[in-house]
Formats: sequence, C-alpha cells, structure tokens
Amino acid sequence: MIDQLSAIEQEALAALQAVNAKDALENWRVTYLGKKSPLMTALGDLGKLSREERPAIGKRGNEVKSALEAAYADRVEAIRKAELQHSLTAGALDVTLPGRPRSRGRLHPHTLILREMYAIWAEMGFQVYRARDVETDEYNFELLNIPPHHPARDMWDTFYTVTPGVILRTHTSPGQIHAMHEYCPQPIRVILPGMCYRYEQISASKGIQFLQMEGLAVGQHIRLGDLLGTMSEFSRRIFGPDRQTRFRASYFPFTEPSVEVDVSCANCGGTGCGVCKYTGWLEIAGAGMVHPTVLKNGGYDPAVHSGFAFGMGPERIAMLKWGISDIRYFWGNDLRFLEQF
Amino acid sequence: MKVPISWLKDYVDLTLSIEELAKRLTLAGMEVEHIEYYGVPGSDLVWDREKIVIAQIVEVRAHPNADRLVLADVDCGGAASAGTALHQVVTGAPNLFHLKGQGRLDQGPKVVFAKEGSVLYDGHEAGRVKMTLKPAKLRGVKSDSMVCSEKELGLSDEHEGILLLDEDAPIGMPAADYLGDAVLDIAILPNVARAASILGVAREVAALTGQPLKQPLYELHGTGPQVNEGVKVEILDPDLCPRFTATIVRDVKIAPSPYWLRRRLRLAGQRPISNLVDVSNYVMFDVGQPIHTFDYDKLLKRAQARGDDRPTIIVRRAKTGERMTTLDNVERELNSENLMICDALGPIGVGGVMGGLETEIDDHTTNVLIEAANFNFINIRKTTQQLKLPSEAASRFGRGLHPAMAPRGNIRAAILIQQLAGGTIDTGLLDNYANPAETVTVTLPVAEVKRVLGFDLEVEKIAQILESLEFTAEITNQKHLHRAADAVPVSEIVVTVPDHRTDISGPHDLIEEIARIYGLDRIPLTALNDEMPPQRNNPSLAFEERARDLLVRVGLSEVVTYAMTTPQAEAKLLPGERPDDRPFVMIANPISAERSHLRHTLLAQLLEVAAANSRHHAQVALFSIDKVYLVTEDGPLPDEPRRLSLVLTGAREPESWTRAGGHESDRTALDFYDLKGAIEALLDGLHLDGAHYEPIEHPTYYPGRTARLVIDDRHIGVFGEVHPQVREGYDFPEQPVVAGEFDFEALMAVVPGVSRISDVPRFPALTEDLALIVEDKVPAEKVQATIMAAGADTALKRAQVFDVFKGEQIGVGKKSLAYRLTYQADHTLTDADVAKIREQIVKRLREELNAVLRG
Repeated sequence: MIDQLSAIEQEALAALQAVNAKDALENWRVTYLGKKSPLMTALGDLGKLSREERPAIGKRGNEVKSALEAAYADRVEAIRKAELQHSLTAGALDVTLPGRPRSRGRLHPHTLILREMYAIWAEMGFQVYRARDVETDEYNFELLNIPPHHPARDMWDTFYTVTPGVILRTHTSPGQIHAMHEYCPQPIRVILPGMCYRYEQISASKGIQFLQMEGLAVGQHIRLGDLLGTMSEFSRRIFGPDRQTRFRASYFPFTEPSVEVDVSCANCGGTGCGVCKYTGWLEIAGAGMVHPTVLKNGGYDPAVHSGFAFGMGPERIAMLKWGISDIRYFWGNDLRFLEQF
Repeated sequence: MKVPISWLKDYVDLTLSIEELAKRLTLAGMEVEHIEYYGVPGSDLVWDREKIVIAQIVEVRAHPNADRLVLADVDCGGAASAGTALHQVVTGAPNLFHLKGQGRLDQGPKVVFAKEGSVLYDGHEAGRVKMTLKPAKLRGVKSDSMVCSEKELGLSDEHEGILLLDEDAPIGMPAADYLGDAVLDIAILPNVARAASILGVAREVAALTGQPLKQPLYELHGTGPQVNEGVKVEILDPDLCPRFTATIVRDVKIAPSPYWLRRRLRLAGQRPISNLVDVSNYVMFDVGQPIHTFDYDKLLKRAQARGDDRPTIIVRRAKTGERMTTLDNVERELNSENLMICDALGPIGVGGVMGGLETEIDDHTTNVLIEAANFNFINIRKTTQQLKLPSEAASRFGRGLHPAMAPRGNIRAAILIQQLAGGTIDTGLLDNYANPAETVTVTLPVAEVKRVLGFDLEVEKIAQILESLEFTAEITNQKHLHRAADAVPVSEIVVTVPDHRTDISGPHDLIEEIARIYGLDRIPLTALNDEMPPQRNNPSLAFEERARDLLVRVGLSEVVTYAMTTPQAEAKLLPGERPDDRPFVMIANPISAERSHLRHTLLAQLLEVAAANSRHHAQVALFSIDKVYLVTEDGPLPDEPRRLSLVLTGAREPESWTRAGGHESDRTALDFYDLKGAIEALLDGLHLDGAHYEPIEHPTYYPGRTARLVIDDRHIGVFGEVHPQVREGYDFPEQPVVAGEFDFEALMAVVPGVSRISDVPRFPALTEDLALIVEDKVPAEKVQATIMAAGADTALKRAQVFDVFKGEQIGVGKKSLAYRLTYQADHTLTDADVAKIREQIVKRLREELNAVLRG
C-alpha cells in the first residue's frame, strides 16, 4: 500500500512536470487531487484498513497529499508567472499609433484674445462695461465732441440706418458716455469691448465689422504720464517684456492731448521689415486725456476731474501676437483656421 | 501729403538727417508713412556724383549712318575751354532732333549727362532694371556716355525724350545736388489743416528743431490799372464766405511751366498742365490757400452783354433748383445750402468746390482774374458731399482755413503767374473782407499744465514752446491770488493764437501743443495712483463666457458672423412660409446687397458656415452666442438681445483607425439626440433642473423631429433636425443637419444663482431595471415623470432610460422602455425596502399610462 502511494506520488509529480497551461493544470488537479483520484480514494478507504496498518499508511497518504498540493501550488505560480511573462512580451502595442480622438471644441480667437485682455486690465482695476451696437448720432459723435459736419467725421466712414440719427456705432467710444452717466460722480475704470462697424472696403487689414476695446479711467488725479505708463504696462504684458512702446502725438476729437501707441515690431525686433512697413513699429492703440467737453457731457466737472481713454483693436492685437496674416480669417469661420487655436 | 525736402528748404533750414526729421515729425503727430528717395542715398538708384552731372548741349549733328539717331556735343564743365572738354553722345532723343544742323548753339539745352561706368535704369526695359554704361558702337559711331531721360534716372516713367532742364541749371554740378531729393509722405490728421502745405510743414519743422521759419514775402507790385476798376466783388452771404480777394494779370502767355515747377508738382503728386493751371496748384501746395483762376475776358464779355463796364462777382447762396455746368462738363442742380460764385449773368462757380465751365481759362486766355477766398468749412463739406465732388481745394477748405490766408495766396499766385507767363499785374488787391475773424486769445493757468501732463515744466519753457509755434505768450505772475495750502502764486500765460491756427480755442489745445513739441518720449511714465473705483462683477458677461466654455467642452467650436445680412438670407429658414414680417433695422448705405439689414437670427449664417466647413470636415459642430437686432415700438433704437445658436452635422465620431471598419461610410451621422445631448450638457453645466421638451411643429425643422425647450414655463428656444427643404438651401452634403436657436437672455434669467453641493452618500445605492411597454405616442418624458412622481419621498433617486425598443414582439403601436432605477437612503436598503417602492411605481404606471411590465 505504501508502495502504491509512492507510485501515485511519482506518477503525479511526473505528470505535473509536463503541465504547462492552466486548463491542463486543472485536469491534473482533478486527476490526482480530485475526489475520485486514486490518492483520495485510498485516503477514503483508510477505514477499511486494519488498525495496525492505518497510522502508517494514513501518515504516508497525507504526506503524499501535502507534497502534491505543494507541487500543485508551485506549478500554479510558475504557470501564472510564465503567462504573465508571455503577455508582457507578446502584448506590446504600437505606441506610436495615434490615440482615439476626442472631439474638442475651440473658442473663437475673438473670445481668446478678449479674455486675455480682460484679465490684464482686471488686474489694473478695469472692469468690463458693455454697451449697444446700434447707437444714436448723439452718443456716437456729438457727445464725444464731434458735431455734425465736423472735419473729424472723415475719420469714420459710417453705416447709417434708415431711421434718422440712428447709426451703427463706428467705435466703442459711445460706451464712455454711457458709463459716465451711470457712474458719475464716482471714479471710473472700465474697458468697453464690442463690435464696431465702418463703411470700408474689406481687405486683409480692414473689415466692415470689427472688435474694439475702449478703456476709460476718470478720477481726480489722472495724468498723461499715467496713460503712458498704463499703456506701456499693458503692451508689455500682452506682447512680452522685450517689447518697446512709443507714443506719437495724434488727434481724436474726444481726447486732448491725443496719442497713438506703437509697439516695436516682433517680426524684426524694430529694425524694419514688411510687417511693420519698414518703420520698426506697429500701431496698437489710439489714446489720450479725456477732452474736457466729453467729461462735461458725461456729468463730470473738468476743473476737478480728469481722465484718460484708449481704444484698441483686439483683432489687430491677436494678429500681431499670433502672426495672423489676414483679418478676414476672423470672419471666414473656416475650421482649418479655428482649429489652430 | 507729399513733401519734397528740396521744397521744404525754401522755408526752413534742416539741421537733422531726413530719417531723423521723419522720426521727429512722426512723434509730433505728423506721421511720415513713407520716404521716397530720388538719386540720393536711400534710393534704389543712387546717382554717382562724379559721373552723373548737369551739362549743356552745344551742338547737335546728324549721325552719319542713321536717320533716327543724332550726335550731340555735350559740355559738362570742368576744363571746358572750347571744344576740348566736349563729349560726343549718340542719342535718339526726339526732343533734340529740331536742333540738328543748327551749328553751334548759343543757348543749348541743359541736360543730365551720364559718363561711362554710370549706373542707370535701362530706358528700354519695362519697369526698373539697372544697367551700367559701357563703351559701345551705335551704327558705327563710338558711344560711351548718355544724355538721360527721366526714366533712366528713376524720376518718372517718361522716356519719350531726354530730360531738359531749366536754363539756369549749373553746368558741372552733380545731378544728385540739383535733382536729387527725398519726399516725405505725411498723413495729415483732420485737425492739422495748417500743415496741409509745404509752408505748414516747415512751420512744424522749425518749431521742432528750433530753427527760424523763413517767412515768404507777400508783396504785390502791380503796375497795371487799379484792380477795382477791372472788377467788383459783392458778398451777399458773409456767413458762408467771410472773405474774397481778386487780382488781375493781363497779357499773359500760356506755356508749359519751367522744369523746376513741373518737377515740384510731380513730386507732390500733381500732374503739370500749363503755367496758369500749375500756378493755382503750386500755390495751394506751397502755402495752403486754394486758388481759382477765371478767364477775365470771358467775364468782361458777359458783363458787357448786360451793358456793364466791368464784371461784378456776386457771392451768394444758390436758389433752389438753380443749375450750372461745372469745369468737369457736368450740369449740376443746386439748392440754397450751396454757395455760388456768380456774375451779373448767373453762376460761374460753386464756391470753394469747383469752377464753372463757361469762364474757365483755356489755351487762348490772355487776361486772368485770380480768386483766393475763404469759405465756411461746414458748408463746403456739405456741398462736397452733396455734389460728390471731392478735390484738393475742397478738402483744404473743408478742414477750415483762416481768412488771413486768402490775400497771401492771391499775391503769391499773381507774382508767380507774372514770373512764368509774363504780363502786368493790376495795381492793388481787391479784398472784400465781409466777415473778419476775431483774434483768439487763451488764458493758460500754468498749474493746469502739470495737472494734465503730470510733471513740472518751467513757465519760461512753456512760453518758449508756444512761441516757437508762433503763438505770443505773455506770462502773468502778478496775480496775488494765493492758494491757502501752498502759497504758490498762480501763474498764467495769456496766449494769442496765430492766424494759421484754427484749431486752438482752450487751454487743453495748448497743453497738447506743449506735450507734442516738448516730446512725448520725454514724459515720465507713471502708474495710476488715483482712488480705485468700486469694483463690480459683470454677471451677463460671466454667464456668456461660462456657456461658451460648457459648449466647447462638449466638442462644439465657436464662430462669429456678421451682424449685417439680408431678410432674404433669413427667409431661407422659413420655406413656403410667410417670411418674417417683423421689421428689420435697415442700413441706409449698405456696402453690398448682401449686407443690407441687421439680423433677426444667428441660425441662417451659422448654417452657411456649417455648410462651407462640411466641404472639408467630416464632422462639423458649431455654436455662436451673439446679438440680434429687433426693432421695437419703444424708441428709435432696437433691442439687442443675445441668441445662442448651434449646428451639428456629419460623422458622430472623428475619423480614426481605432474604429472598426474605419471607413467614412460606416460612420453614423450626428442626429437629433446628439444635439439634445449637447443642450443637456449645457443645462447640466449651468445646474439647470426642470428643463422639459415639448414636441412641436416649426417650418425650419423636420416634422416630428422638433422640440421646444421650456424651463420654468419660459420658452427658451426650438431645436431639431433641419427640414430637408431648408437644408437644400445650403450647400450641405447628403446628411442630416441638426440645429437650434435659443433666447440667451431667457436662459440667463432661469439659471439659478449659486448651486448648493450635497454630501456624497455614505450608504451603498441599490439599482434595478424596469422594462415596460406603453403606447408609442406616450412621450418618454411623461413615463419618466410618472416614475419619479410615484417614487417621490421614497428612496428612489434616479430613473435612467437605457433601452428603447419597438418591434413585432411587443405589438404594433407600442414601445418598450427600459429604466435603471437607483435607490439611495441614509441607511442600507434591503430588497424588501425596494420591492415596496417598485410596487408603487408599477401600479402608478399601469393606472396612469396603461403601462405593462415586460416579462
């Protein structure tokens, strides 16, 4: 009987050596450790043995069982390791294939540049104030110190509506008057973004509709130097610390003194190229100290209050910043353009 | 305005390089947009100073072998003792042929002579191609030099003959010194009418560089009869014509202008015509006063026809309906807003805008009447616009000129006509100054300069800047008004404005001048340190930006379209319907037929954009948030509410190798439920509960595939699959297009302020599935609502439909809906708890919707 058990053990261990896969292993387990296996049958039949034989054979039987179970456990582990090893080597992906695409929407560059500008101005205390697109001649021109037939009206080619005195705003400046009327006599720091309209032939740099962002600061101690300092700061933050800013005297009916703000050309670094028309400078804003007449029209006393205002083209700033060659792209809505943002 | 440097030097000495001068002018408000160089460094073609010189042709001889060439002997100075220093040039210049065979010329023409080795433009090539002069034989005669045309020198495209200079051109002088030039192209702002002349720019240059201005002389030395015996002037409307001056020059001879004047006009951008015409233009460019010339004999004839001994010029408003033919041979009808120049017989010109055809000077004119007048600038602008007659003169008058300029311009013109065309000037200047301008004085408190500019400037420095611009500045320190706090005496400067400045009326105007001339680049930059205003949020903008981000997050891209469109373009959304009959904001002067009205909807243009992109994109998902313009009864201005519009079309998933059978044709198309999913994602992101969707009919959309979004009983908008007839109006491929438009203001109104966040449940949820069969016409939203109502106040938290099935197995006209029910409580739920709730739900479904549980 003892010999028989040893034979079972030898046979089982030998068979286990040949097992390499999980299902074969399960077969082996059923064959050699299952309820109907010779070993289990033998152990089940212990009761039929004589009292003398029983301890020795029982002991041997349990030894064989433990040995087979241990061998089985080792084998399980070995096969698991082998399979893992196999999968680790055989399951390699081509990691250079593109990933599964996710649909991703894009914000229009108008929104992107406006948000960037909002953030910079907000940190300087300027908040967004929006006003209407369809305006009266009074707000768009007269209250801004541009009487009817004033030569300065040549600066804006206006779209008129069939309602007399109602036009499409040519600039965001009427919002200055609205803001002053709303906030007077408090101090003001606002930016006024919005769509403006001009009767112009559409070209790479001009359109019939475009974004503008006006700014207005009104207080009791606001000076020209503050305007220049603030505009320099904005330009440095939106275009980068290496950009130079310069101011040219200019003319706007609603500011005096008036200036134009130029930044050094990023393309050539200021030495002159096609982008800056060989001047080294690119115009980014018109600005000036709020004209006393405009302050008065807004309800402020120009003897006590002063202020500055500026107007810039977010599309132009986006073009300079991102190297966009044609303003018409903003209106073309071609996804091949929009998807680059 | 084009400003030749050589002309500018008539009035001011230049102490800066041209580039430095351009920079100073630019910073001071006269932006130099471009500098054009001729022959001098900076030019594409620099004339060699040794090789290209002024010379005189002393003899023109026949070419021995060619009729179309001549030999010219040229004296270019130096050791020019008769004959030895002459160069022989072979030339085909037709404007020398008439001198052929005349032997030695006493006053041979002055020319530009280029020696061997000179670099010039090739006159025979199109455009500007450089060439170097090399020795050659022309039909057997040696040639190593050239007499130049304007084209060869790069002065113009003229190559018909060689350039013939004025008699006084100095022989031997480098051409670069005599003809070389640089022309500044200056953008003249509307308020600097004063600088729309060479003299005006010179005045600025003088102030900026500290040089004195060389004032022109305005002295008339007439020797003819008294001018007022020759003409009378009556101004009937002095509000529109404050001043009118006249001079008469008799026995003039019309001829081409001398070279120097033709050259200056060309550099200034004006085509030379004849001496009389050229003088008018020249004086306008030179000192800024427009001039008009009449043929005096024609005026006299008209006067004599009425029995008058001399013409009377009458300046008056036109009578309504009055007609006249202007110089451009167009008969024009005028009205009482237009100012006419008339004589006793009728109109002879539109004041300041254009002269009349009948009294125009012509080739036979011998006696000239010169008009230099002053007009009301607003009236000029109105007339120019009304008659659509823009001109250099009208643009100058339209910016506002001072009446003082009229006699000056007139005297300049008379002298110049006499100089160029001979004749005698009548004695005296007829000067009818009916409405004299007042001298403007401005009191400038010195403290105001600091208040505006932000830094101290000495009072003497301020005065000096103003004086450099020809203001007179009187400093008054004697006012013993003391400010209590600092006891600094109040200084003021009393400033008298010179008569060329019509733009100065108050202290601010002067402060601008001070800043400009002092130099903006010298003003210290400061940061705002004034009181910070109350800071305010902008909820309307914040909401808009939040909606944009939510839509981008679900894969839609933002587009921006024009506010201007046409009712026809929007009518495409309503096929076979009565078109939108709400009034539009209509543009009075549209730039094109496609941009004539302000939009009522974003959707029409969004569909256009989507169709255009479908040509190169398999998937197009777009949105726009923008204004529409709705005419109201409340006033002249429209309402400008915002709309949100969305369009989806094309493949649901982007093309990818990971898709099974990744062919485009296998991909399923975006449909109604994709759009609804995007809308739900938006509402979810906005924390909006309680949205419901009503099936409706709408002409833009497919019947049965259209819904209205309703929140809190407010109609937010309509969306659905675009009606095939609408889709056909756009250039879409054969695929469904889903779209919608929402009232963004209404949406904003229903969005809750701050949403509260609930705790994460501590006990596990139980889920179970419930499949039921209902009549097909029962909307899912109703089933859902019934389930949630039945489970109200129980552990039921959510019911989510996960399967919809229609088929024979469940019977015709029926559908099966399968819901996953989620139960959650603040204790661990048992199956028994849930069974009870489920029983309620099933009962309610059966009772209310006749729903049957699906086995």
